[in-house]
Amino acid sequence: MPPTSQEKTHPSGDNRFKLLDRAITKHQSRGDALIEVLHVAQGIFGFLDNDLLIYVARSLKLPLSRVYGVATFYHFFTLKPKGKHTFVLCTGTACYVKGASAIQKAVEHHCGVRFGQTTPDNQISLVSARCVGSCGRAPVAVLDDAVAGKLTPETAVGKIGEWQLISGEVAA
Amino acid sequence: MTVEELREVAETERARQGKFRHRITYCSAAGCASCGGIAVHEALAKALKARNLENEVELAGTGCMGLCGEGPLVRIVGDGTLYQRVDVAVVEKIIEEHIVLGKKVAENLVDTADPFFASQVKIVLENCGTTDSEKIDDYIAAGGYEALARAVTELQPAGVVEEIRKSGLRGRGGAGYPTGLKWGIVRKAPGEQKYVVCNADEGDPGAFMDRSVLEGDPHRVLEGMAIGGYAVGASQGFIYVRAEYPLAIERLRLAIKHAERAGLLGNRIFDSQFNFRIDIRIGAGAFVCGEETALIRSIEGKRGRPRPRPPYPSEKGLWGAPTLINNVETFANIAPIIRKGGAWFAAIGTPKSTGTKVFALAGKIRNTGLIEVPMGIPLRKIIFDIGGGTPEGTTFKAAQTGGPSGGCIPAESLDLPVDYESLATVGSIMGSGGLIVMDSTSNMVDVAKYFMDFCVDESCGKCVPCRVGTVHIHGLLEKISEGRGTTDDLALLEELCQMVKDTSLCGLGQSAPNPVLSTLRFFRHEYTELLHAPEGYVPSGTVNEKSTTQ
Repeated sequence: MPPTSQEKTHPSGDNRFKLLDRAITKHQSRGDALIEVLHVAQGIFGFLDNDLLIYVARSLKLPLSRVYGVATFYHFFTLKPKGKHTFVLCTGTACYVKGASAIQKAVEHHCGVRFGQTTPDNQISLVSARCVGSCGRAPVAVLDDAVAGKLTPETAVGKIGEWQLISGEVAA
Repeated sequence: MTVEELREVAETERARQGKFRHRITYCSAAGCASCGGIAVHEALAKALKARNLENEVELAGTGCMGLCGEGPLVRIVGDGTLYQRVDVAVVEKIIEEHIVLGKKVAENLVDTADPFFASQVKIVLENCGTTDSEKIDDYIAAGGYEALARAVTELQPAGVVEEIRKSGLRGRGGAGYPTGLKWGIVRKAPGEQKYVVCNADEGDPGAFMDRSVLEGDPHRVLEGMAIGGYAVGASQGFIYVRAEYPLAIERLRLAIKHAERAGLLGNRIFDSQFNFRIDIRIGAGAFVCGEETALIRSIEGKRGRPRPRPPYPSEKGLWGAPTLINNVETFANIAPIIRKGGAWFAAIGTPKSTGTKVFALAGKIRNTGLIEVPMGIPLRKIIFDIGGGTPEGTTFKAAQTGGPSGGCIPAESLDLPVDYESLATVGSIMGSGGLIVMDSTSNMVDVAKYFMDFCVDESCGKCVPCRVGTVHIHGLLEKISEGRGTTDDLALLEELCQMVKDTSLCGLGQSAPNPVLSTLRFFRHEYTELLHAPEGYVPSGTVNEKSTTQ
């Protein structure tokens, strides 16, 4: 049984590592819980940076190559920080047939970045998903965990505009 | 829990429900939640409270009611009334007029005699729309866990396998392998430790059947898995759900907790020697993990890359142990089969494809949503009677089944019965149940390109034909759709497709060329008219922009 690192604090003093340690202990530091642990890590930290991957590798006694390999293999894990808001556009078949590509174009034009990127002010991340399973309401997008259906390029851009308006007010 | 206790719980729950004058159910699945369903729930609760009707009217959040395109949906269970496009104002009306005065709200009424409802046969979805997805007692009151009780207390494991074999049930993940045969192989495989795995990594774009079952009736899947565990001699089950389905994961977690607390999962189930635990494993967004050997590796915490078969997972699966892998819908069919007998199930559908199939109907069609139909039903009936045909002003062009592994079925084949063999004859597959309708505005070369773009992105990279082949097929399709292709390119495309199909390692690569091959077979003119297209030539249908997805 590998020693649990629960008692030790992370050298950085970051308390979020304690939360991560708890998840690792729950899985008894088993290597086959890697994906579960990475889910927790991403949930806590928002993204997986190199230090975090090294920490997970050491805790689970796995080679870093294996951890890095898994983290980059799966689409769900991101190694870069996300913006304050995320706009996840579904590009599933039903949404495609119903015109998701027009929405994609309009949103990219409005934000000035492509899907898979984050705006330079770190406000909005554009993400595309394979299918969110709400095909009955196609085309759909997930805006900060809320599913919005039957979108048009105008309504999609309008929703992003709302975010920008709010953050603009906060900044002012 | 003993069998008597189970019946007692069912009786008590039925008596409790019987005390209410009305039972109002609302769809609490993702489809309706995405269009204001949560506000409807709150409004219903508030409206009942304001009128002091809480002791007379019971409110329950159920699974998908089917007509997802017209949500949010609310049902008055007693008289079977179904309301569509319900919002806060409509809720007030329903309570005031229907519940208090007994007069239906005409403008939001759904005609339940419509072929959309009348042509369906519900086995897998029998509880969706009537029982509360988050209450185990409600499931038990509807006959839940009786099949597990019967299996564990009355039948031998071999008897369970025999019943499944008699039912003729075939894998609902798409390939249609006989379930009874698979269970028999795992049961006979030598090994102390065996596993049951439920494949809930519903990756096909345009498919949401498994999601709806997990969100609406999670206990049905758990019960099916437990019966599977008893039949093959496994004490541990895993359910592999994709991370894109947070609500399904939440409902499953709750269902497992409730089942454990009730003693329906865990040790000594129904006072027998049978122990069974179920753990959830969450996917991380890799389409290839729907392939069984890749899924196994993913559960083991590795990159989800497939390996050559044999050995099949039935002999060497999770951690090298014999493993029973079935899809969500397959497990959802188990409890009814054990409860009502294999012969009852075998009488539904066609002799070779028994039972029903759940389809997610979407795309250019009037009624989008979740349907369950008997096997062998003609495609025409699904699209025109149940689906209501294509939207005004357009004509039907093709139906796509099987997602990126399937093919397009043209209008000429509309009378084809929907079963495993018939769909294969036109180069498509049954698939997991996504059915996307395309009308005259869809360009088939673009459709093929769309699916190939998907496969390029989702190829795991292990074998060369799939990793390199899909990229080149996509490149050729791009060239052709931009009007730069030659007849040589078309010949090369066909040759390449055949090569990728024949030489790829796993199902993903072997089936990746299907959308291209099937559109080439039925809509070849759309390809050829793009070759050497003169300037200003407008191809049939609209040319969609290339979807750049990272």
